[in-house]
Amino acid sequence: MKKPIIATASLAGCFGCHMSFLDIDERILDLVELVHWGKSPINDIKTFEQDCDIALIEGGCCNDEHIHTLRDFRKHCRILVAVGECAIMGGLPAMRNNIPIQECLEEAYLNSPSTAQANPEQILPNDAELPALLDKVYPCHEIVKMDYFLPGCPPRADLIYGALTALVTGQEAKLPYEVIKFD
Amino acid sequence: MSEHIAAISDIAAKYDNDPNRLLDILIDVQAQERCVTDDVTRQLAQQVGLSWADIHQTVSFYHFLSETPRGEYTIYLNNGPVAIMQGYEEVAAAFSEAAGCSIDSVTEDGRIGLFVTADIGMGDQEIAALINRVVFTCLTPEKARALVKDMQEGLSVQDMARKHREYGDGNNSLPAIHSMVRNNIQKAGPVCLGPYEVGVALRKCATQSPEDILSQIKASKLRGRGGAGFPTAMKWEFCAKAQGPERCVVANADEGEPGTFKDRVLLTERAELLFEGMAICAYAVGATTGSLYLRGEYTYLREYLEQVLEQMRADNLLGKDIAGKAGFDFDIRVQLGAGSYVCGEESALLESAEGKRGEPRNRPPFPAQSGYRAMPTVIDNVETLASAAQIIDKGADWFSNMGTEESTGTKVLSISGDCDRPGIYEVEFGITIGELLDMAGARDPQAVQVGGPSGHCLNADARDTMISFEGCSSAGAIIIIGKQHDLLAIIDNFMEFFTDESCGSCGPCRSGTWMLRNTLRRIRQGQGTREDLTSMRQLSEVMKKTTKCGLGHTAPHPILNTMDNFPHLYEALIPEQSDIRVFDLEASIKAANAAVGRTSASKETREKEEEQL
Repeated sequence: MKKPIIATASLAGCFGCHMSFLDIDERILDLVELVHWGKSPINDIKTFEQDCDIALIEGGCCNDEHIHTLRDFRKHCRILVAVGECAIMGGLPAMRNNIPIQECLEEAYLNSPSTAQANPEQILPNDAELPALLDKVYPCHEIVKMDYFLPGCPPRADLIYGALTALVTGQEAKLPYEVIKFD
Repeated sequence: MSEHIAAISDIAAKYDNDPNRLLDILIDVQAQERCVTDDVTRQLAQQVGLSWADIHQTVSFYHFLSETPRGEYTIYLNNGPVAIMQGYEEVAAAFSEAAGCSIDSVTEDGRIGLFVTADIGMGDQEIAALINRVVFTCLTPEKARALVKDMQEGLSVQDMARKHREYGDGNNSLPAIHSMVRNNIQKAGPVCLGPYEVGVALRKCATQSPEDILSQIKASKLRGRGGAGFPTAMKWEFCAKAQGPERCVVANADEGEPGTFKDRVLLTERAELLFEGMAICAYAVGATTGSLYLRGEYTYLREYLEQVLEQMRADNLLGKDIAGKAGFDFDIRVQLGAGSYVCGEESALLESAEGKRGEPRNRPPFPAQSGYRAMPTVIDNVETLASAAQIIDKGADWFSNMGTEESTGTKVLSISGDCDRPGIYEVEFGITIGELLDMAGARDPQAVQVGGPSGHCLNADARDTMISFEGCSSAGAIIIIGKQHDLLAIIDNFMEFFTDESCGSCGPCRSGTWMLRNTLRRIRQGQGTREDLTSMRQLSEVMKKTTKCGLGHTAPHPILNTMDNFPHLYEALIPEQSDIRVFDLEASIKAANAAVGRTSASKETREKEEEQL
């Protein structure tokens, strides 16, 4: 049987979910036996060379590039998994959702202790190459259909590994309580 | 400045610097200063012996209290469901344009503040507004402009009201009320609006034992009129048996459910009957303290109610040795609210009556065990207490012969919306929706909202549905929604209402109301999915099971009811299924691009354009 191809992406996240993924430690060797790696920051492959079976998405969407990337993943991947709080609910970045974007930018680039002195020309980053910020931070499922959700901030390595191997092998995931409790 | 401090000090002193009267103090400060500033909060904290945070959180809780000035004239325009059906937008725009300030702001000269508030109990005479606590009804854009002109010229609110519209019928024209509010009694039934002579019931009561009174209420099978339908006699018995040196009777006149206005009319025309009912309850349970919690929106009735109380004291129907019965001591005080829907919930009401934020309490203990200021307390709807007085006068059999097996007596209904005869109808329980629609002269009805947003949204074709505890139970608000309206826009108004009114104390309600509203909005914008419908049902179940009080339990009703009774409305809005959700990328980057001063389109749009080149 052809090995399934997996891909990963980090959108508006902190890469913590990817770090947690790497906490599967030596089991990554077992995983390599089971799957091929497609586009992912882990191997630095930046384009879809072929369609993938399973993609893990970390983070929600806070700029137009995230929307673009997520839609691209949906087109090229059979199963999308929202990994972690930000992908599922918007997470910490969504705390800005109740603050007008103008205020956020001013606080970050004009008024904060580290920028107040350092930005004498009072510039808000506006280069055309930069992604455009969205009005709000959106969870992934509001942009594309998501198939599975792995909760946690970050989800434990055992949860990511358990879910992934279950998807790959087609067996029911065995996820003991300790793996999905958060307190 | 010192004069100012003295003025605040006088207000607090008027209420003996009693922290339990904090709400009264804050209402008076707001009326005088047009806000409760941080300085005042700190001064009051010292004076009444509470922390600054205690007072601050109370000020921030109520609609009619504010930390920033709300203008010499404060307009609270009602944006309830009937108002939005009958032209609220145009009237709001007229006020805003004429005054030169947007909604939720005050004119630059500080003269006029324009704010909105949820339902002020005038559903039968919309569009309505409160201006400095005076009620203005039947507003149109022209009238709104005329009122703004009057305010700019400095007319007193009373003069404005007189100029605007003649006094209403019945007691509304009494000097103590002098209001343009109309009763709109379309059908007076035999109990609450029936023949009645002041003092008869109470004098009959005083000749019997408390046990006799309880057994008559029990025999009448009277149930609570606030919607839940708890057997009144059982509640009274619990209180009578509870341990405590003193007991208390509270009348809940905080009818905040949009579309309800029956208590307004009962308080205007049958205040004595209500107070007699309270005294009879007090006699039955052995209470000495009474309180009428009057919603802030009905402040215009306060002076009149105080007068009625004074007269009843003079007639020995309140006070010491009532009706000549030695030891029958009971008196009633009017407690004003300051604008909060959740305060209609009995335990939140008690918190509020004690001068605090209106957050529902944990139960047990129930109010009958430990209620107002820890006293065992009976807290009943205005209509329940008025009915109790008539039962003592005219007999349990007379009462229980009306209505149905499980729902005896009559119900006072507030009917509003798309009909020829909006107003008050006192009818026997068991009446059907069809009969009501015909009686009120419904115009091409699409839906009937029974019991306000927290009640039931029925399809107008469900004509056989019965108004009763065994059928469709409610506090009596009937909003008729005609076919010309976008029903989901009205449901959106309901969800916005719950989002605003959630006290925020428990998570499932605080977040759940918000999530339901946002999902509904996404669906209405054509961005919904079938999963959204499932997730709204799941979330609703969680809210029903896990929220602390009735607000959270019932807040999902508008959505659940319309998904059940009007599924086609949702079906029509859900786009063809695709894994890529509808999302307007260009619109969502507009604000940020404007903030940083660039005009470029999103990367995706640019790439598309390049491809086309």
